[in-house]
Amino acid sequence: MSERLDVRKTYKLFIGGAFPRSESGRSYVVNDAKGRFWANAALASRKDARDAVVAARNAQPGWAGRTGYNRGQVLYRVAELLEGRRGQFVAEVSRGEGLSTRKAEAVVDASIDRWVWYAGWTDKVAQVLGNANPVAGPYFNLSTPEPTGVVAVVAPQDSSLLGLVSVAAPVVATGSTVVVLASETAPLPAITLAEVLATSDLPGGVVNMLTGRAAEVAPWLATHADVNAIDLTGVGDADLAGDLEADAAGTLKRVRRPAGAKTADWTDGPGTDRLGWTMEIKTVWHPMGV
Amino acid sequence: MPTGASATPSRGLAEVAASEASLRRFLAGLPGVDQVGAEARAATLATRSIKTTAKATAIDLAIRMIDLTTLEGTDTEGKVRTLVAKALRPDPLDPGCPSVAAVCVYPDRVGLARQALGAASLHVASVATAFPAGRSSLVVKLRDTADAVEAGADEIDMVIDRGAFLSGRAMAVLDEIVAVKQACGRAHLKVILETGELVTYDNVRRAAWLAMLAGADFVKTSTGKVQPAATMPVTLVMLEAVRDFRAATGRQVGVKAAGGIRSSKDAIRYLVMTGEVAGNDWLDPDWFRFGASSLLNDLLLQRQRMATGHYSGPDYVTLD
Repeated sequence: MSERLDVRKTYKLFIGGAFPRSESGRSYVVNDAKGRFWANAALASRKDARDAVVAARNAQPGWAGRTGYNRGQVLYRVAELLEGRRGQFVAEVSRGEGLSTRKAEAVVDASIDRWVWYAGWTDKVAQVLGNANPVAGPYFNLSTPEPTGVVAVVAPQDSSLLGLVSVAAPVVATGSTVVVLASETAPLPAITLAEVLATSDLPGGVVNMLTGRAAEVAPWLATHADVNAIDLTGVGDADLAGDLEADAAGTLKRVRRPAGAKTADWTDGPGTDRLGWTMEIKTVWHPMGV
Repeated sequence: MPTGASATPSRGLAEVAASEASLRRFLAGLPGVDQVGAEARAATLATRSIKTTAKATAIDLAIRMIDLTTLEGTDTEGKVRTLVAKALRPDPLDPGCPSVAAVCVYPDRVGLARQALGAASLHVASVATAFPAGRSSLVVKLRDTADAVEAGADEIDMVIDRGAFLSGRAMAVLDEIVAVKQACGRAHLKVILETGELVTYDNVRRAAWLAMLAGADFVKTSTGKVQPAATMPVTLVMLEAVRDFRAATGRQVGVKAAGGIRSSKDAIRYLVMTGEVAGNDWLDPDWFRFGASSLLNDLLLQRQRMATGHYSGPDYVTLD
């Protein structure tokens, strides 16, 4: 029997539920943790970012309009599929981050558990962040959190799967849609995650995954008038992060920027810290009318 | 060139409409459209890359060419007033943004639109002749047209009788257009071919010639109520027809592409095609129009993108 030919894979972007190549036609080399060639990935351009924002905007009302319970079911199904691909994720995380198989398994398990954690929060977050405010009069005064809209996320550079899940999952769990700029050096688990999302019940456009250089693409997301919030967790360069924050101010975006240069330990429990930041609190007076 | 052999083509064309038989002979004698060729030509023209200053010019030209349209059963007074306000100042944040060419409404909203426009020089277009089906008697159609003109419309969009055209009664179609043209008085007449119902490109070419022979000032692709509406190849055939008609008679007729054009990219493709096929003389709001509503917002977003250097979003233009 003759030897099989390698089936080589070029990793593509994930926009609006489809896997396009970069509009620019560019790709870049992704090396593994030991510096050897691993695969080619698409190098996203500003127009890919624009297309991703359009897809996220189109998907947003439908996703936010679902009940929290339904969003939870959809996200839990994603966790089921992640579990089915566990072996592939372990291999990719291990090779990309240079972890032993045992450590990589722990990271993948933590990622899936984190997804389940946020799936569980979808129909509970309103009860925790919302309130029936006490008022001195015959009225109701109710505060409810609503999704902010389209969120751009620069995912952590060093933690290619667990970090990515930790920043992206809470955004979609609370009803916003997201454009993720994956880790530049280790983008492959992100695209594999996108392949899981594409075969789950998640509507196209709720999560959009770009691979490429943060310094090139992030400024277009930070200035984009149709992006409501931006998470700069994965921007390592303090100068760039400062510029992006200033850019984002031009269109009054919410900005999440980690304090200090210390890299986060993603294995810590997620807590509820990231649940509220992409939600807007709406407070209404409700006269009893009696 | 269908009339190229004739020494005095305009007189030749006058005789065409003399009888049913001569008209049919003329229309049947028009050269057939190469369907594959027309589609390939339109697709090639759509690949042209228009960037930077050329794009900025094209966007402003496209805005100036828009007939801002609302043709819904649910049109209220308020809807028409907001439409007129938007037509006058499409981008309130930018005083440099040009106005559109016209507002297009149903006849019973013409008076209101005219009043809302005040002294502004925008045109008021009105659909008439039992739009969109055109299934009514000639008396009603003429009354409909006269009503709109009396109320202040200076452009009338009429529909042709597709039933008569498809069953070969070209003279009936021609007579109707002539009668409506008369009822228009000084108002411009745009003749809607409703290409989505004409089935073939050959029919589109014949209908366009028929309308021009009858005195149309504009030929328009569609009502927007039938799918498919305006497409690139159909518009290409009509642009060829107006070009050939001017060569034959010396009279220039405009083209209006209506329905289904929603993005700036599409609009710029139509402009490229107009310049290439009909000629640069048609690249003017007097000779080429877009019938559209949502297109304007996309043009404004692109315009803002070029002015500010960053992408804009639907929060920065009005809801329609």
